[in-house]
Parts: sequence; C-alpha cells; structure tokens
Amino acid sequence: MTASGWALILLFIAILAALAKPIGLWLFALYEGRPTPLHRFLGPVERGFYRLAGIDPTEEQGWRRYALHMLLFNLALLLFTYAVLRLQGVLPGNPRGFDAIGADGAFNAAISFTTNTNWQWYAGEATMSNLSQMLGLTIHNFLSAATGIAVAFALFRGFARRETNALGNFWADVTRVTLYLLLPICIVYALFLIANGVPQTLSSSVDATTLEGARQTIALGPVASQEAIKLLGTNGGGFFNANSAHPFENPTALTNFVEMLSILAIGVGLTWCFGKAVGDTRQGWAILTAMGVLFLAGAAIAYWQEAAGNPLLHQLGVAGGNMEGKEVRFGIAASALFAVVTTAASCGAVNAMHDSFTALGGLIPLFNMQLGEVIVGGVGAGIYGFLLFAILAVFVAGLMVGRTPEYVGKKIEAREVKLAVLAIAVLPLVILGFTALANVLPAGLAGPLNKGPHGFSEILYAFTSSAGNNGSAFAGLSAGTPFYNRLTGIAMWLGRFFVIVPVLAIAGSLAAKRHTPATSGSFPTTGGLWIGLLIGIILILGGLTFLPSLALGPVADHLAMIDGRLF
Amino acid sequence: MLSDLASAVRPALVLTLLFAALLGVAYPLTLTGLGQALFPAQANGSLIRDNGKVVGSGLIGQSFASDVYFHGRPSAAGADGYDAAASAGSNLGPTSLVLAGRVSADIKSLSETAPGRPVPPDLVTTSASGLDPHISPEAAFFQVDRVAEARNVPQADVRLVVEQAIERPLASFLGEPRVHVLRLNRSLDARFGRQ
Repeated sequence: MTASGWALILLFIAILAALAKPIGLWLFALYEGRPTPLHRFLGPVERGFYRLAGIDPTEEQGWRRYALHMLLFNLALLLFTYAVLRLQGVLPGNPRGFDAIGADGAFNAAISFTTNTNWQWYAGEATMSNLSQMLGLTIHNFLSAATGIAVAFALFRGFARRETNALGNFWADVTRVTLYLLLPICIVYALFLIANGVPQTLSSSVDATTLEGARQTIALGPVASQEAIKLLGTNGGGFFNANSAHPFENPTALTNFVEMLSILAIGVGLTWCFGKAVGDTRQGWAILTAMGVLFLAGAAIAYWQEAAGNPLLHQLGVAGGNMEGKEVRFGIAASALFAVVTTAASCGAVNAMHDSFTALGGLIPLFNMQLGEVIVGGVGAGIYGFLLFAILAVFVAGLMVGRTPEYVGKKIEAREVKLAVLAIAVLPLVILGFTALANVLPAGLAGPLNKGPHGFSEILYAFTSSAGNNGSAFAGLSAGTPFYNRLTGIAMWLGRFFVIVPVLAIAGSLAAKRHTPATSGSFPTTGGLWIGLLIGIILILGGLTFLPSLALGPVADHLAMIDGRLF
Repeated sequence: MLSDLASAVRPALVLTLLFAALLGVAYPLTLTGLGQALFPAQANGSLIRDNGKVVGSGLIGQSFASDVYFHGRPSAAGADGYDAAASAGSNLGPTSLVLAGRVSADIKSLSETAPGRPVPPDLVTTSASGLDPHISPEAAFFQVDRVAEARNVPQADVRLVVEQAIERPLASFLGEPRVHVLRLNRSLDARFGRQ
C-alpha cells in the first residue's frame, strides 16, 4: 500500500460527499415536480411524450397502480429488446454481420438490461451489432435507472406524505428523471469521454498492420454514448467484453476516476434528497455516514489484500502486489477501489478482473453485493434497499425499549416490517438456493473455469451478482449456456421486481398513516448511536446469512492460498 | 386491478417507442455527430498511422515477439493474445495451478535474458483487457539489455529512449508511472532504424 493509493481512496470519498447536496437538490426538484432550468429546452419534449402516450402527469397513483404501470412498462421494454436481439441478423446497423442472438441468450440479455443488472454472458464486441448496442441495450441503461429512481421517489413520498394513498405518477417520474437528469448529464459526460479517447463511430472495426507485420482487427463502435449511461445509471454493461478495463471504455486514470464518481453520484444525491423530502436533511447525512463507514472498510480490506499480493506467486519470484487481471495505467489502488465502488453500487462495471483478485480481495465485492448493495447502491435501488434496513433497525430498537418504532415521522408497524423482511429475504433465498442447485447439477458444475474453492466462488458470485442486479462476474464461469442463461435470468427478475413491489407496498402503507411528531421518547434516527445500529443490522441481517457460503468459497480459497495449495 | 392494467397499455407501448427513438437512435447519433466533428481522432479510435497506413491504436496494445522490440504483458485476448476484437482477462484465480504454471514458465524464459534480476510483476501477469498498451518503467528497464544486444547498439542509448518514454501520473494520486510499448518501439525504430 502506498500513500498515493490512500490519497486516492480518501479524496474519492471526500469528493463524493461534496456531490451529495448539489445532486440532491437537483433530484429534489424532480421529486417535487418543480421546473428546472432545463425545462425551457426539454419541456416541449416532455409534454409531447405525454400527449402522444395519453398520460396525465398530474394524475396521482396509489401504490398498486404505480406498481402495475411500472411492471407493464418494464415488460414492454423487455419484449422490445428481446425482439431487437432476435432480429439482429436482419436489422440494419450490423456492419460485421453478426447472427441473431439465440432464444435463451436474448431472454437473458433482455432481462439483464431491463433489471439494471447488465449481466453479460456474451462478449459485446463479438456478439452485438451497433444497432443492438444502441437501440436494444442503451435505452434500458436510461430507463432501468429511471425506474429505480422513480420507485425511490414513491417510497420517499410514502414517508413524507400524510393520510393519503397518492404516491405520484410513475410515467411522470420516469420521463422527468430521464429527460432532466440522465440525458443531459450523459451528453456532457460522453463528450468528455470521447475527448479522452473513448470511440464514438458507426463503423465497427478498423484493421491495422502492427510493427511486426501482423494484422490486428480493432473493434470500435458507438462506445462513449453507452459508456456514459452505463456508469451514471449503475448499469455496468460494457460495450466490450473487458468492460471498463478495455482501453476504449476507460482510457486513462482520469477517466477512471470520473467513472468511479459517476457510478455513485446519483446514489449519494438520493440520500440527501431523502432527507430533504422528509424535512430533515440530517436523516440523509446519517444514512450517508453509515454507508461511508461500510464503504471505507471494504475499500481498505480490498486494497490491503491486493497490494499484499499472492504468496503463491511470491514463492515463484514475483515481487509485489497482485497484477493478474489488472491494467498498468490504473495500478492496484484504483483497481481495488473500482471493485468496491461497482459492488457497493449495483453497477457491475469492472476495470479489473475480479476473478483474478486474491481470495479476500475478491471476497469484498462478493460481500458488498450480499449486503444488498446498500452502500450508496444502485440509482434508486440503493436508497430503497437501505431504507428497508432502516425500517428493521428502528423495529429492533423499538423492541429493545418497548415502544412502537417510528422513523422520520411515521409509525413502523407489523405490515411494514413484514414487507421489509419479505423484500430482504429474496436475496438469500435466490442466491443460496440457485447456488446450491448449480452445485449439484452437471450443467451447473460444467461452468467454473477454476478448480477447488475458487470454482465454487465463481458460481456463488454469479448468482449473487444476478440476484443483486449487479452484473459483475467472476468471469471465468462459462455463463453463456442454456442452464446459466435461464437461471441467472430468473434470478435477475426475482431480485429486481420481488423487491420493488414490496417496497411500493410499504410506500403505500406509510403514506396512509398520520404524521407522528418526534417526542423526547422517540429513538433518535440521527447521530452516532443510530449509525452504529444501522451498520450492525446491515452486517448481521445482510451478512450473516451468507457467511457459510463465503467460508466454502473465498475463505477456503484464502486458507489454501496461504497454505501453498494449488488446484 | 384490470382497469389499472388496461390504462397502462397505451403509455407503456407508446413511451417504449418514443424513448427508443430518443435514447436508442437520436442520442447515440447526435453524439456520433458531435464526437466526429469535435474530436475526430479520438472518436475513431486514436489510430496511429505511418505514411497513411494504420499501424495500431494509441490506446490498444499489440503483440511483440521479436528481440529488437520491447515486449508488452502476456495477454489472454483471443487465441494468440492482443486480439483487439476479443478483449479478455485470464480469469485465473489465486490458487490456480494453470496460473502458477504459466507464471513460472514465463519467469524461467525471462530470467534467461536477464539473469539474477527480479522479474517485474506486470511482465508475467495478464492484464484485465488483454489489450493493456502499457508496461511499468521497471518492466521496460528489465528488457533494455536484450533489446540493445539484438539491435547491436549501446545499452545506455536504449535506456535513454526508455527514460524519455516514461509517462508520469497525472497527479500524485491519479495514475501510475508507465511506458507505452508501441510508442516506445516506434521511438526505437526512429532512433536506431527499423530492423
């Protein structure tokens, strides 16, 4: 570990914290439906969309209606992309003449992008035409992100509003977030990326004759436009197989730094927006502090382990940290930090191969996802996931002091707690169930590249990543098989919508309640005690469930590594 | 419930098409136009040309095997490495027998060219993309003796070319010192002639 490595990590956290309020203010305007300076230019587009689609943006929806409309919209998007991928062979924009995507592959990819997961069983530059990347995949990067933020807004309204069933309008939320937040940032951001070397062209490859006279086909495409929203919307689906490790997706240390910031920027803004929405910005800061503690702990362990390197390679005479699967321009600190960022969020972009991390260095990304990706988390998904833990934390605190728990002015009762547990239980059920299944079926056992405990980790990581809607991988796993395509596809769907629907039900239930003003007897949900309780609940509820599986995978791998055993 | 669903059909279908046109067509095409107009070199892949012929990209590594050139890192991209249409890492885990075998074979052959010197880690590990255009300065200096001998030029001269090729971090915390292998080898050809 070096001083400059630590400077990178600490400066990153400081800049991110400074972004919380400015981004939060912008989000709050959209949350309230107030006009922004951009409405002058994009207002006509917004109103045109509503007119053509027959939407009344002022119509207030109850939680069931909000949820149904959200589901139907996502279903329509899913089918649209499935069709684009299945028809790739006959559609234009396919200069390299790729075939249509097979049924199980298209099923998987369409779900993957609809659910903000961007798990990729395929190598982009060898599978997807330019049209499929733009039309089939990029639109989800915007709309799955906007869906996540819309659901978070609905939950915020549940806390903030009183004795009503009105949670806002799903169509208006999605449209406004897309037009006034995601799209404008992405235009500027993509231009920055192009200026720094990320290609943006409709041609799909160029041939070079190398200095030694060999032919090198260099894949190109409209990369920057997809790259920007891939990160900003915590999607993570790379244009290329190597994702943000590919020099065309992430050319320099500067782009790398900005990419990491953009993954978490909206997520930290949403914590501030939540505080503002419930009338007490300290609530947002308390949440962000708890997230920051967990983030720093993960970054410290991952950096420490990667910098310490692999003792098995040290024995062979390789000094220093673990550079297998890492790029020289990023080095060890920026690679470890990126891995923590991308799994703290539900992003899944990678700038280094997590599969080749040391055993404990690779445990951190896995554990971050198993905590439910609530350390800032995916856009929208992170904050609503975190608020589920907050509901359980006040419940536990209420049990201890024998009072009805309250959180930001709402009584938390049996219905909310049940729904929160339901949503939180989806993750362990799917991850552990599917991992167990894959470990007893021949089709599942055929997947791993690595042998021994690391092979188990590859399977565990796959279902953790898909159910958690992350999308990163221990990429040695041969995931492009019918077995894995179907199972990870189902895991992604369950991990997304079987969480969102209970979250919206909680929102509906909270909105109907009266406001309960805080009294001297209320448990304070700001300050050190609360932050400590939150962290404890997240680690115990989110983490303990998975410890046995981690013992079989990364921990066993680590013990083998220090014991000098190879597989 | 049913009426809720029915009322969502038109917005769902129409918005899908409208957003597809806006985000899937207009957005990437607008950026392609802007990128091509404002930053044409970068937007087309930062290509390096010799007399009009493309010899590579300034961002993408390529394979070097000859002793007269500096070598990049081992690559897992494509069957022979540095396949710029098939980026990939090795994905070998820390306890992999295959990884240990590969590293130990690479160390053996590298040690023959520079006996008794520690092998820099990046020279025996594959990058994440398989297309890493860089090596560390240590990895470049490690190869100076071999290159100088193959080109039959003084070591000090080759060392000087390497020193001039070192790229420094953008700020103390941002980036790593590194050498761009393709540019370094082009400087070699320019300085000592193409072999």
